[in-house]
Amino acid sequence: MSGQVDEGLRSELQKQGIWVTSTQELYNWGRRNSIWPLQFGLACCAIEMIATAASRYDLARFGGEVFRPSPRQADLMIVAGTVTKKMAPQIVRLYNQMPDPKYVISMGACAISGGPFKQGYNVLKGIDRYIPVDVYIPGCPPRPEALLHAFMELQRKIDGQKLTGESKAPFLDANQPSEFPVPAFGAHDLEPPLNSDVFHPPTIKR
Amino acid sequence: MSVGFHELEEAPPPMTSRLEGELLEVSMGPQHPSTHGVFRMNVALEGEIVRKLKPVFGYLHRNHEKIGENTSYLGSMPYTDRLDYFCSMTNNWAYALSVEKLAGIEVPERAEYLRVILAELTRLQNHASLLGFLLSDMGAWGTPLMYAFREREKILDLFESLSGSRMMCDYMRFGGCRCDLPPGWMERARKLVDGFPRFLDEFEKLVVSNEILIARTQEVGKLSAELAINAGITGPMLRACGVNYDLRKVDGYGFYPRFKFRVPLGEHGDCYDRLMMRVLELRESVGILQQAMEQIPPGPIVNPKVKLRSFRPPVGEAYGRIEGPKGELGFYLISDGGSNPYRYRVRPPSFINLTILEDLCLGHTVADVMVILGSIDIVMGEVDR
Repeated sequence: MSGQVDEGLRSELQKQGIWVTSTQELYNWGRRNSIWPLQFGLACCAIEMIATAASRYDLARFGGEVFRPSPRQADLMIVAGTVTKKMAPQIVRLYNQMPDPKYVISMGACAISGGPFKQGYNVLKGIDRYIPVDVYIPGCPPRPEALLHAFMELQRKIDGQKLTGESKAPFLDANQPSEFPVPAFGAHDLEPPLNSDVFHPPTIKR
Repeated sequence: MSVGFHELEEAPPPMTSRLEGELLEVSMGPQHPSTHGVFRMNVALEGEIVRKLKPVFGYLHRNHEKIGENTSYLGSMPYTDRLDYFCSMTNNWAYALSVEKLAGIEVPERAEYLRVILAELTRLQNHASLLGFLLSDMGAWGTPLMYAFREREKILDLFESLSGSRMMCDYMRFGGCRCDLPPGWMERARKLVDGFPRFLDEFEKLVVSNEILIARTQEVGKLSAELAINAGITGPMLRACGVNYDLRKVDGYGFYPRFKFRVPLGEHGDCYDRLMMRVLELRESVGILQQAMEQIPPGPIVNPKVKLRSFRPPVGEAYGRIEGPKGELGFYLISDGGSNPYRYRVRPPSFINLTILEDLCLGHTVADVMVILGSIDIVMGEVDR
């Protein structure tokens, strides 16, 4: 079976100095412990992101200290701050340039929904309208501990991704999209206003 | 007089020439490791030399002023935290000062002292992190930033125990401050301030006489006093040119005349002077903090006459300004007697300091642009608002 070793057999063999694993476990173990984030800050939350990477909170304990300035070398995009309508196309473009498998953390109230600036005419009401988001962190700005928690949640998610079978990870499926259309500023607003592949507005059932 | 605002001494060369080759246009940003946020520059390069530089703003335009006009006076206070997100305390103070001017509100003595203490602590953490960022722009990747953030975290702990938030303090109110100090706060703050010169000594020993740093910063990005005054530059950047202008001395707001401190002045106006200006200002801030902590009297923390709910100042206009860590931070408010300001305008120091970027960068290499930009000390939340 994909990725599951019998626990009893494994502990029995470990007593004899033999470590049994599966390709999937080994692959996910390697991936989750060396997540390279994109070095990319937007606003206030970026300062907390730097504080997380700095000496006190030390993101390196989770294998995420290698901030890469190039999207081609990054696994994780931390959308840290307010996304404006001028910046949203660049973010989608950066996401498209990242190689698969790629993950997105939406850090802070602004990146989730617009936050305190939601009423502003130039603020995007959430980056998940254009790109798929894996972990959301509430807060304005979230504390560094919250970012560490999000990092651990992402590691948990990576650990659970299957390599084969029906429910295999979407980045292994050639039919799943990995690039999304880049919005452009039209006559009044960003066009298209949302990417229907990833964003489904909540429907209220009464 | 040939020196003018964005006026080149000689016309830039044409985009193609047979002898010089083509100018290469490079778009730096908005995603760039050392643009301090989402700032973009269109740079025309001849080899490695910058011949033209066009800044592109607006990637973080969050409609601050428009929201301020549609929000009550008190409701704008949390938004001012997010202007310059390193210095929420000084932003609060500048806004509170202009509203107090508009409505004619007195501030109790203890609250005024507390504001001075918090503003100087903000200056400590802003300048410390600026030094770290500037050095990481120069290639000292990581280590100086770690040292700077170590000190910053200590100050943020103080802010957090006082206001409940590390960065977005939202602490000041019209006519005072929100709450009194928690028990033991002053002792912790005193301990931090007394220990701060040790960080500065260490930092100076490691960095200031470093040969590479001197080679990268001296004679780079020279700003003449004349241009600085014409362009409205304020703060450490103006004082690095040798112009003695510090609002703490000029306006004398918030009991600053009661403290003994010197205003450090530079001579050359280059990046090195700008960097040293921060180090020297940190030492003066430590002195101000020690004096303020000695003198702070007991008493009420907020003016009891001010009704913060349904606050309606009389018709009029006011401009309140303070010497923020980055320069003159001002709020201009017009009141029509309603609960919202009729006009709400911010005078952001880092935006106005950034306007001369092209004049500083022309003729330098593209690697120097990052150092010059770092030495201006910008925060995009304040530049784009």
